Order: sequence, then C-alpha cells, then structure tokens
Amino acid sequence: MKIAYFPGCCYETSAREYDVSTRAVCRHLGIELVEPPDWNCCGSTPAHSTDRLLALAMAARNLAQVEEMGLAEVTASCALCYQRLALTQAELAENGELLAEVNRLTGRPYRATVKVRPVLDIIAGLGEEEFRSRVVRPLNGFKIAAYYGCLLVRPSKTKVDDPENPQMMDRVLRLAGAETVDWTHKTECCGASLAISNEEVVVRMVARIIKAAALAGADCIATACAMCHFNLDIRQEKVSRLLGKKYSLPVFYFTQLLGLAMGLNPKEVCVHTHFVDARPLVKKII
Amino acid sequence: MHRIGVFVCWCGSNIGGVVDVPRVVREVAKLPGVVYSTDYKYMCSEPGQGMIIRAIREHRLDRVVVASCSPRLHEDTFRKAVLLGGLNPYLLEMANIREHCSWVHQNDPEKASEKAVAIIRRAVAKAARLEPLVQKRIPVTRRVLVVGGGIAGIQAALDIAEAGYDVVLAEKQPTIGGKMVLLDKTFPTLDCSACISTPKMVSVARHPNVLLLTCAEVEEIRGFVGNFNVTVRLKAISVDYDKCTGCGTCWEKCPTKVPNEFDLGMSYRKAIYLPFAQAMPNKPVIDREHCRFFTQGKCRVCEKVCPAQAINYADQDKFVTLQVGAVLLATGYELFDWASVYGEYGYGRYPDVITGLHFERMVNAGGPTGGKIVRPSDGTEPKTVVFVQCVGSRDEAKGKEYCSRVCCMYTAKQAHQVLEKIPGAEVYVFYIDVRCAGKGYEEFYLRALHEGAQYIRGRVSKIYPEEKKLIVKGADTLLGRPVEVAADLVVLATAMIPSQDAAKVARVAGISADRDGFFLEAHPKLRPVETNTAGIFLAGTCQGPKDIPDTVAHAGAAAAKICTLLARPEMTIEPVAAEVNQKLCTGCLLCRDVCPYRAVEAKEIEEKKNGVLQRRVVAEVNSGLCQGCGACAAGCRSGAIDLKGFTNEQLAAEVAALCGW
Ligand SMILES: Cc1cc2nc3c(=O)[nH]c(=O)nc-3n(C[C@H](O)[C@H](O)[C@H](O)COP(=O)(O)OP(=O)(O)OC[C@H]3O[C@@H](n4cnc5c(N)ncnc54)[C@H](O)[C@@H]3O)c2cc1C
Repeated sequence: MKIAYFPGCCYETSAREYDVSTRAVCRHLGIELVEPPDWNCCGSTPAHSTDRLLALAMAARNLAQVEEMGLAEVTASCALCYQRLALTQAELAENGELLAEVNRLTGRPYRATVKVRPVLDIIAGLGEEEFRSRVVRPLNGFKIAAYYGCLLVRPSKTKVDDPENPQMMDRVLRLAGAETVDWTHKTECCGASLAISNEEVVVRMVARIIKAAALAGADCIATACAMCHFNLDIRQEKVSRLLGKKYSLPVFYFTQLLGLAMGLNPKEVCVHTHFVDARPLVKKII
Repeated sequence: MHRIGVFVCWCGSNIGGVVDVPRVVREVAKLPGVVYSTDYKYMCSEPGQGMIIRAIREHRLDRVVVASCSPRLHEDTFRKAVLLGGLNPYLLEMANIREHCSWVHQNDPEKASEKAVAIIRRAVAKAARLEPLVQKRIPVTRRVLVVGGGIAGIQAALDIAEAGYDVVLAEKQPTIGGKMVLLDKTFPTLDCSACISTPKMVSVARHPNVLLLTCAEVEEIRGFVGNFNVTVRLKAISVDYDKCTGCGTCWEKCPTKVPNEFDLGMSYRKAIYLPFAQAMPNKPVIDREHCRFFTQGKCRVCEKVCPAQAINYADQDKFVTLQVGAVLLATGYELFDWASVYGEYGYGRYPDVITGLHFERMVNAGGPTGGKIVRPSDGTEPKTVVFVQCVGSRDEAKGKEYCSRVCCMYTAKQAHQVLEKIPGAEVYVFYIDVRCAGKGYEEFYLRALHEGAQYIRGRVSKIYPEEKKLIVKGADTLLGRPVEVAADLVVLATAMIPSQDAAKVARVAGISADRDGFFLEAHPKLRPVETNTAGIFLAGTCQGPKDIPDTVAHAGAAAAKICTLLARPEMTIEPVAAEVNQKLCTGCLLCRDVCPYRAVEAKEIEEKKNGVLQRRVVAEVNSGLCQGCGACAAGCRSGAIDLKGFTNEQLAAEVAALCGW
C-alpha cells in the first residue's frame, strides 16, 4: 500500500517520537509513506483562528501536491494536521466556488479528490488476522488509557469514530496484547495551544485527564496527537502540584506501543525521550 | 345557453384595495353566458348572501360564480346560499381572487385586475359545464373503536359510552392506564396520579357500553366512515378470564422472576403476573418469553395451584372482527432513547443517570423503593440532584427539533419532591428556557424556585463518574461561565416521541403522520381531533406532546366529534367523488395503486362481446371512501375515470379559458 504522508511541523521537534514511530510501524506493516515534496504548514490555529481562507489555502496547497503525486489518499500522524486537511477536503468538495477561490490563491489547482485519513484509521483498517500475525511481543501487563483528544473524532463532517466514546485505538492496542481501560476523558480537550498564552488553564485541563486516567486504573496513556502528547507529557509535575498528589503516567504515541509489540527496538520508536520516564514500564515486556 | 351570474367580492380592502373591482365587474359581464354581474363589500355576509339569493330568482340564474377568497374558506357558505336561491348547491363555482391574486400582487394593481378577470373567465367557463350533484346517504354503525387505553383513550371511551353509544376499547398491554398510572403526583396541583386515574380505569372497564379488550392489537381497518370493518388480534394470554378470579396464588407461587416493565426494570415481577396492583382487568397474563413451561417445557406450577383451573397453556392468538362507525386513535407516547445517542451523558452506562419516568416510579409510594429517592447504584439517598432538561427535545443535532411541552413542569415538580423528601438536599436544574404556559403553571415553577431549586440556564456538555460522584459539566450562559456540579443523582428529562408502533397504526388506519411520526390532524387549529381520513379521529399524545389536562381536553373534543357523527342514523357523503366508465376501463388498476384512500377496488363484470358473454376486470370506486382527490383520474391511461365536479371536460374548458383559446 502506498500512501502520501504529511508529517507536520513538529515532526522533527516536539513530536519526533510520533514521526519516527509512525514511519517505523508503517514500514514494518508494508505501508509505504511518501512525503509530498514541498509541503507547508497544515493551516493550524495561527491560520484558522485568524483567516479561514488562509487556512483552507494552506491545507489545499498540500492536498494539491498529493494529487500531483498521483495518490488517492493522504495520511497525517498529528491529529491537528489530519483534522485541518480532512476538514478542508470536506469543505472544498462540497463548495465549487470556494475551491475556485482557493485555487486562485494557491496557484496550484486542486480538484478535491484526495481522501484524508488519520494514521490510526489506516492501521486500524488492516485485517485483524494480519495485525495479530505481526505481534511478536504482546503488551502483556500494560493497562492503557487510550486518549483520542478532541480533533481526531470531530467535527461530525470528518469524524472517523464515535465522538464521545471512540474505540478504534482501544481495538488496535488490545490486538497488540494490552488491556485498555474504560474511562471518561477519551475526547476531552487537553488545552491545546492555550499552552502558549494561558498555561494555568491548560494545567487544569490536563489535570482532569491525568486524574481520570489514573482513577480508571491505567498505568500509561496512549495518544494520537502531537499537541495532546506535548501537554500531557510535560505538565505532570505541575498537575501533581495542583492536585496535591504525585502523578507520573508515561504518555506514549500509540504507534510507539504498536512498534514495541511488533518487536521493534525501543530506541527505534524513541521511548527513551519522553519527559515522564517510560522505560520502567517498557522493561515489563523486554 | 346558460344564465350565469357573477358576484365579485371586495373583501373590504383585501381584494378591493388592490383589484379594480368595478372594472372587473364590467369586463366579466361580457363573458359568454354571463347575464348578470355585480359586486359587494363582503359577499359572505348576510346581505351579500341575500344578494345572491335574490339575483338567482330575479334574473333566473342557473349557474353562479362567486369571485372572492379560497373555496376552503367559503365554498360551503355560498353553496348554502345557492341552495336557498333554489339551485342545486353544486352549480356554484368559486374564483379565488384573494389568495391567488390580490394578496400576492399588492404591488401591481393593474396586472392584478387583469389576472382577476382571467381567473373569473376560468370559473365562468367551468360554471357553464357544471352538472347538479346529489349527496348520498349511507347508514352509520353506531359503535366506536378506541385504540389505546391511556388516559386519552379512557376519557374518550367514557364520554362516548356515557352518551349512549357502544365502545370497544383495545389496549396493547395487559392493562389499561398508560403512562399516567406510572406517575406519582401530577403538576400543578400535586394530586396523586393513581388516585385520579385508577377510578376512571374501573369505571371504563365496568361500563355496560364498553367492551374492553387487552393484549389487543388492531391488524386491519377496512371500509369507510360510518362503516368500518376492523380486525383485532387478541394475543394469547394463557389465562381464561371467565374462570380466573384474580386471587393471586399463581403469581405468588410462580418460580420465575422477570424485570418489571411497570417499574422500568427497577423491580421484579413473575412470569405470570399482574402489571400492578390496580391493573384493569385485575387478572394475570403469562409472559411466554420468560415462563418456564414455555421456555423449558416443564413447570406447570401455576396450573397446579390455580383454584379456578383458569390456566390454559394451549391458548392461541385469536382474531375478532368488529363493525364500527368511527375509530379513535389514542396510542400515546414513548420516551426518546437517549442512551443510544447521548455519549456525553454516558450512553446509559452510569446507573445513577436516570430518566424522569424512573424518578416518578422511585418517588411513588407504590414503586420499587416504596417512595424513597435513592441512587440505583448503591441504594443511598442522594444529597445533590441534578436535573437536565431538553434531552432529545430542542436538539436538532441529536434528537428532535420540537419542545416536548411537559418536561419543564414535571422537572419543577420533581425538584420540589426532592427538596421536600430529602432535608438539606441541593437541587440544580439545567434548562434552555423554562416554559410554563398554563393555568397555575408559572406559580408552580416559582414555588420550586423559592424552595431552593437552583436553575442554571445552559446545556450540560458532559456527565462522568468520579469516585462516588457524577460530575456534571455545563455552561451557565447567563453568567457566561462554565459550571461543574458534583452530583449524586442525575435525572434526564427526555423527549416525548410517538409510540413505537405508531407508523404501523397509521398505515392500518390509512392516515398520515408528521415528520416526527405524530399523527397528523386535519387542521392544526380548526380540526385538531379529526384526520384527513373521514371517520378516523385522534386523542392525546399520539397527535403531539401534551400534559394530562390537554390530553383530557383533546380526548373530550374527539368524543364530542364522534358523538356528533353517530347522533344521526344516516350520514350524507360528498358527491365529489371519482367515477369509472366501465366501457372505457381496461382493468389495469393503476388507479388502485395511486389512490391514497384505498377507495378503488377491482371488480369482475360480465358483458356481451360479439354476442358472447364475457368476464373481465374493471376498477370500481367506493364513493364512501373516495375523498375526491383526483389522483386516479389523473393516472388513468384510458381516460375512463372522471371526478364529479372536476370532470376532464370541465378542466379542459378552464385551461382553454385561461389561455384565451
Ligand atoms: C416523567 C413524566 C412525568 C409526567 N408528569 C406529568 C404531570 O405531573 N402532570 C401532567 O399533566 N402530565 C405529566 N406527564 C405527561 C403525561 O404522562 C401524558 O400527558 C399522558 O400520560 C398522555 O396520555 P395518553 O393517553 O395520550 O398516552 P399514554 O399514557 O402513552 O397511553 C397510550 C396507551 O396506548 C397504548 N397503545 C400504544 N400503541 C398501541 C396500539 N398499537 N394498540 C393498542 N394500544 C396501544 C399504550 O399501551 C398505552 O396504554 C408526565 C410525563 C412524563 C414522561
């Protein structure tokens, strides 16, 4: 399977682990990811919160390249990138005038034919048998809170799973041998980019999520979004201070966990570079 | 040549303010056949009608055209005037120059006047081809079928029976009573629901004019107003009611426990059971799905212990057919299945998130907790109770667009009950608007408010458990702030929707439902209890959300309409009906397929062809059922069907007149 891959802006910085593990897992599963040659920002918050057309045009310019590459589908690991691309595709496909206007702005004619899917959906879409046969190091003893965040399953125009109680990530993690907990904050907002302007609010929002995961008995959290991971991983000390209780739940990208289950070297999926040390947990299976 | 009179109405300034009426009168006077034309301020008034009557006599008119408003409004009025003038009332034709002309062309009086003339030209052309029509009289069966034994069905059945007519009350469940018997107290007076409804259940069941059928479903309704033929299925109950005394030994000894529907699964009943102590009839039925004898082939305990030998395992579904003159549908409502769509409230996974109806059962002294308000999860008394209104109502995204009308009031009632029964309790109510229009309703709400219920204007975005509490997150849109309440119990006011087999009932009765599935009344203001199928009436919440006072009033109105229908031994039916010319009919029966009233049937006729007697099939219209819509006439490929009063010839003449051919 060959599919275009939009890495997004944090792939070499804060979300390097996501990019590296996504590529490693896909390689292992025989999914060939091809990066568009000249991709730009997906049109995230700085763009879409100030100028809708700008945000659409930025995403469309990326999508146009996928068309030029002759590929039918594009995936993004980061949930923000995925959501921007998917929403843009949905809006341009149903509004010819808007598409024309956007094409005028980008100078890169797009025909709105590309299907946008999150990496999670692509991996979850593999057959159950196929998937099981790849698992050589089951995640025995992992109790995971699968955290989808707010953007992967919303809005309804682009949603790939139930927005209140999604199951996709739970399913693949269980296939990989882990236990996933039934918990209450699967799709709550992590505070996202308020991290820059109002950290206090973000710490409070993250605190609820961490607390809910711990209450449900999870020993780690799996995410599918660069922003979520960032907020959950680096703020646990502040959360502990706020709640007056020590929390240190390792936060993984789900692709890292799948990589481990498929027998990849922990270093290959970068489990050693998180703020909350994940290595003791990983030792359970290695 | 006919002698046609044209009467043009000003309708005050409605028509006269736009259309140049005197000019119109002058121009239509020149139309072929018109021997008299005049105008008047209000043609429908007493003097206006008098003008028509006098003119018919003085000018020996034989056809009348009235140019005024829509025939829906005043065709009847003018037909009566024409009759008083001495003509057949169907020799009247109306020209609608108000809705079709002056109201929509206010900005162009010149063209409006021209159009008025054209519209009248059409009517005159048709008038010249009108034929006298005669109303038919048919006998009426003076008996009524009431479908559904909630408070609506019970009230209407009692009213009709009291008026002296026979009533068959068919209820799907093993007992009548509907939702009202589940309730504890009723707003706004807080009188005990069972105390005011169970005596009515007894009266209706014992009424000499009422035949009560329970576990009964209507399978087929054929025929037409005054003469319906109904088939009712009586489901096998496995108990012979002629022998059973209702002593209760059987359900005491029955070994099988089943969650009790009457308490919404919060208590248990047996497999042979009485739904509740005051059930009517006060005799048990066997639930075959759970009965040990039916599922495992052995047990027979009830049979052994029954002192009256009333148990009959061999009982089978029976079908009875009934002749009735009218059918009243009172199939009630159900509650919206919130758990399948409201993921943010937990998809029904949290036991302490309940509906208002669960609350009613709980707070009811005869309910599963003996009247104590408790948390289903652990049986403890809640200290903080949150009510969430409009769950499924006023929610286009997940539920219904409409307001369910009763929830604001019963939430206020339940808030009051919590504050009354649990000292020191805290009550929060999340609402969009508080809608309390009704006598004593606003006062009732204010009382709950003053007792300490805290109303928060805003929707609840999420409910989730945290340790032993339910965290309710929402917005206070008046303060513009998010709010969070740690609750012990959450009560959802879920939307009222039509009963689950409403669609089937509508199909069987040949009536329409609105887009939400509630049965459609014939007119939202003027005919709220009739349907578009003559002889089929509506009562209660099957027509739309209502509280008990409105339900009872609606049922009373339906009963009065039905009594009016039955008061005469015969009824007249409109002569505007389709007619098949059998000579032309090829028997394709397309007309039967397109008829929305099931008024067309196949009929075999014998005829001589080349001296040989032959049989063939043709269509026949049942004039009792035909509502004169004309679908069959339009659909007929061989032009064999004509609608009386709207014949092909008449329509062609109208078109020609309009097009100036
Ligand atoms: C939680 C709650 C609290 C309420 N509190 C109050 C209150 O305090 N005061 C107030 O005025 N109103 C209250 N109401 C509203 C009240 O319940 C209704 O107004 C009333 O019950 C409507 O009566 P009904 O006869 O139209 O319908 P229902 O009570 O639903 O009766 C319909 C009957 O028809 C039967 N049926 C259905 N389909 C068929 C079929 N195909 N064939 C035969 N039978 C059939 C059903 O089994 C049922 O017996 C409350 C409602 C709720 C949900």
